[in-house]
Amino acid sequence: MKYRLQSFARQLALTLLVIWTVVSLVTLLIEIVPGDPATVILGETATQEQIENFNLKHGLDRPAFFFSYTDAGFKWHGADNRYTDYWSGLLTLDLGRSFRTDRPVREMIFERYGATIKLAIAAMIVAIGIALPLGVLAGSRKNSLVDNGASFLALLGISLPTFVIGPFLVYLFAVQLGWFAPTGSANPEDIILPAVTLGAALSAILTRMIRSSVIEELGEDYVRTARAKGLSERVVIYKHVLKNGLIPVVTILGLQLGVLLAGSIITEKIFNWQGLGLLLLDDGIGKRDYRLVQGCVLVISVTFIVANSLTDFVYRRLDPRIRLG
Amino acid sequence: MNRLTYIGFAIAALFITAALFAPFIATDDFAAQNLASRYAAPSADHFFGTDSLGRDVFSRVVYGARISLQVGISVVLVSSIFGTIVGAIAGFYGGFVDKFLSGYVFNVFLAFPGLLLAIALVAFLGAGIGKLILALCIIGWVGYARVMRGQVLKVREYDYVLAARALGASNGRILFTHVLPNAVQPLIVQASLGMAGAVLSEASLSFLGLGIPPPAPSWGTMIDEARGFDVLYAAPHVMFFPGFAIALTVLAFNFIGDGLREYLDPKQRAR
Repeated sequence: MKYRLQSFARQLALTLLVIWTVVSLVTLLIEIVPGDPATVILGETATQEQIENFNLKHGLDRPAFFFSYTDAGFKWHGADNRYTDYWSGLLTLDLGRSFRTDRPVREMIFERYGATIKLAIAAMIVAIGIALPLGVLAGSRKNSLVDNGASFLALLGISLPTFVIGPFLVYLFAVQLGWFAPTGSANPEDIILPAVTLGAALSAILTRMIRSSVIEELGEDYVRTARAKGLSERVVIYKHVLKNGLIPVVTILGLQLGVLLAGSIITEKIFNWQGLGLLLLDDGIGKRDYRLVQGCVLVISVTFIVANSLTDFVYRRLDPRIRLG
Repeated sequence: MNRLTYIGFAIAALFITAALFAPFIATDDFAAQNLASRYAAPSADHFFGTDSLGRDVFSRVVYGARISLQVGISVVLVSSIFGTIVGAIAGFYGGFVDKFLSGYVFNVFLAFPGLLLAIALVAFLGAGIGKLILALCIIGWVGYARVMRGQVLKVREYDYVLAARALGASNGRILFTHVLPNAVQPLIVQASLGMAGAVLSEASLSFLGLGIPPPAPSWGTMIDEARGFDVLYAAPHVMFFPGFAIALTVLAFNFIGDGLREYLDPKQRAR
């Protein structure tokens, strides 16, 4: 028990340390922007007064960090700086105000967060729906035609980038067949193409995993026992093998949720899906709204890190062999 | 090595040839516009047809290989050298240095979704091929460092290292002349997979409009320009050919990486 607590504490400490680093990085990245954010936002024609007001409003008139080092030499600023500003804002879940729209960044992100999560979950359902039957078929008939076909499909799914699969699906199902709208999210069925696009790579990874998991479990003693009892092959595979073989797969799924969230940026752009990724690309980077970029990058990466840590934690609980690792 | 590895080498050779000899292979200037023949279908004049500005898609794909290769090689070279040094230091010195590097620094870089970090860096730094390479190196080096650390941890326990130490060799000499040469094999695998990753990341960022700005014929940019409904309707080939090029290149380097891994690992080879 003591060891378990220790390992949990170490895990938690590392997660917090990683989050602290990410936040610091995001906070300080704004300093490397070439030029001055105020001039970029307000334009070259802005008066000195306008620029000063803008800087005052967004706290840009204050020093960036605890100290600075310029041609004038080393200077200590103390706790009154933008870095601590951003942190104290974060503690009250305040991500600052957008440079462009002046709305709270938190509000803008919350509006879009749901759409991205929805897409990620739909992609996951698609991936499982494809991978489970394909992986079981391939694994239980090793080296057969089905197996080779599934392996080839999986290889294709892993190699084809999202931004090739997406437009190809649009061409096939929207342009040629006319079954779906090419972009947007007006109708409920509009989620299908983005979900397949985003889930394709995951389904390929899962197919490979389920296949090797099934092959491995089929060699176990309990399978021989089950067969000796006279159970049909179907019962052996679906009731016995799958139950054990899916343990590693389920935990990988949690890990992949984070990957899907980050990977949805490209999918959202292809299908004009109004999620967090599109907010980051169009409203953030496209309009040089650096405060919004900070917020989006922060929320996506923290979601990613938390999902990873949770999965890691669950995985340790499930498998006693690595619990103390 | 299995058949897929040879296929990988063949495609990679084709890709490198296209990149090196682009001016001789391309049939047209990759930036030359001809608005009179927009969206022309593939023909003897234009092997891959023409795009929305009447530019020759074949020439653009050929020159695109040059960009991919340039970015891929730069990223692999810089990040493998940097990663090797950091990984070797962590593995060789151990103790606090290793705890800090592998326990904290590596984990931070692994915990961050790579593409998002690259997007964030490019967003703040601005677009351009140099900055793109820098961003991809920042997300790429940690893979090499991890592999190298593990290798060095293993190799430094061997007897010949002990012998060198007994002869009075300095740490630097042991590290560079005895440990490193015996630890580089897995790096070759990592470099091949890293090449696939770099080509893919460059295309992804260019697709998102954060990579190499037009009119440079990056494959990612070409797909982005050709994915509108009207273009897909009028001339799907404008999207397909660069898409094929990316998929084949990435596939080839993945095949090579997987094949080399099996070849270099006697345990897997025996099977």
